[in-house]
Amino acid sequence: MKVSRVLAYTTRHLFLYKRSLPRLMEVFYWPVLDLLLWGFVSVYLGRHAGDVPGFVTFFIGALILWDILFRSQQGISVSFLEDMWSRNLLNIFVSPLSPAEYVSSLMLISIVKLLLTSTVMATLAWLFYSFDIFTLGFALIPLIANLVVMGWSVGIITMALILRFGQEAEILAWGVALFFQPVSAVFYPVEVLPGWVRTIALFVPSSHVFEGMRKVISNGGFPTEDLIWAFSLNAVYIASAALFFSWNFSVVKKKGLLAKVGE
Amino acid sequence: MSSGVNSIVEVAGLTKVFNGTTAVDNISFEMYEGEILGLIGPNGAGKTTTLQMLLGLTTPTSGQIRLFGLDLRKNREEILNKVNFSSSYISLPFSLTVRENLMVFARLYGVREPKKMINGLLETFEIDGIGNIPTRRLSSGQITRVCLCKALLNNPRVLFLDEPTASLDPDIADKTRKLLQRIRKDNGLSILYTSHNMKEMEELSDRILFMDRGKVIALGRPEEIEKKFHGASLEEVFLKIARLE
Ligand SMILES: Nc1ncnc2c1ncn2[C@@H]1O[C@H](COP(=O)(O)OP(=O)(O)OP(=O)(O)O)[C@@H](O)[C@H]1O
Ligand SMILES: [Mg+2]
Repeated sequence: MKVSRVLAYTTRHLFLYKRSLPRLMEVFYWPVLDLLLWGFVSVYLGRHAGDVPGFVTFFIGALILWDILFRSQQGISVSFLEDMWSRNLLNIFVSPLSPAEYVSSLMLISIVKLLLTSTVMATLAWLFYSFDIFTLGFALIPLIANLVVMGWSVGIITMALILRFGQEAEILAWGVALFFQPVSAVFYPVEVLPGWVRTIALFVPSSHVFEGMRKVISNGGFPTEDLIWAFSLNAVYIASAALFFSWNFSVVKKKGLLAKVGE
Repeated sequence: MSSGVNSIVEVAGLTKVFNGTTAVDNISFEMYEGEILGLIGPNGAGKTTTLQMLLGLTTPTSGQIRLFGLDLRKNREEILNKVNFSSSYISLPFSLTVRENLMVFARLYGVREPKKMINGLLETFEIDGIGNIPTRRLSSGQITRVCLCKALLNNPRVLFLDEPTASLDPDIADKTRKLLQRIRKDNGLSILYTSHNMKEMEELSDRILFMDRGKVIALGRPEEIEKKFHGASLEEVFLKIARLE
């Protein structure tokens, strides 16, 4: 692993965002729209939900944090799609950049992207709904870190599937994170889920993150137990994702599919 | 392996089977330093598959590949630093300008003085005028030339080209050939390339590697191959062999 190469490849994305208005919009437009729409919905509902304390805060906190997971997954799989669409993958893989370095540069980019997005969202949430993201205190950092890592795992697996199955798997890049939304208990506590879904949720890192977030918002403190769960699950998943990617990459090379990706 | 000081690519018993179809069938050859080796053969002969195995993009079913005396499987990074590749079926990110794209790869290869290198190459390929426009607006021939610039950024010692002149007009194709010859002379670069243009092959190649249905059926100087198959030109030989079914 050579850091200089990882950084070199990151510049490709920086150039891209400098050049492309639609790409820049993707970083700001959707998240801001989401925030405005659902923020106002929650303000409205909050007026009538007197018995759910902190309803609005839960909701907006959840919106911002969910977006982090979503962006971190897309930061990987959509960036990869762009290389595929522009028939650039062969240039990359005949260069000394290793697959691991390539993935690392996508991770780095996804961090830059979601820092931008979440800063904008947090600022707007503060302006419109006087939601202060920093009420989450020090717990904010590990909560976010867990969402980012989970997004990476999902993104890496998606990328592996696209490499292997081509266009049929492309749809995953856009929608796969949403698949985890119901079991992540983003907008409601895990306890509202039916028993068997709750069992699934137990193994989804983000469900622990959102539980933790709600605890901090209502009682303050530090959600140690939730974070231990999230970190442990994430450690298993990111390692599995990396192994899966690396195994899949060797299958793709055996099948001679690298040159055919995207055709 | 001690097969001559100046052999830079060594291929032994290379085979690729894609679920039942043998694309490359036990081929062996060597490439010498500073040599231009032309790879020809009918569609589906296994040329692209061979190039991809030499670049580590496709894993061989069996056989040995050595570049600079090093085993490709074990020395990927070191080897890829010293080779490069271009073809008519690759491109570069559309939203970036030509210069930006080249800059990304210059950094990937750790090129010293990348700006100077890029300017030099753009001039050489007579495309310095398009350096600052987005790649999406280029014609296919211009993209081909930009990709060739990319392929020369790291001063490679071996250049692999898959149908590099396929989308170039006769004038630019001719200039590109002259250029490749010049770079070969100046830098001692070795080139392995494929083309379906037999005239080009005769003009450019020191030796020809003729593949058919995964096998090497001839390897030698153009005139040797013409003699062996009793043809007046490479084109005639090609037609003879392709229609021999
Ligand atoms: N990834 C793959 N999976 C299965 N079969 C493949 C794959 N790639 C190539 N083949 C088969 O291998 C054979 C050789 O293909 P290859 O692309 O190497 O030929 P080529 O000599 O480059 O032909 P052309 O002149 O058309 O470019 C063909 O029969 C092709 O169908
Ligand atoms: Mg081919």
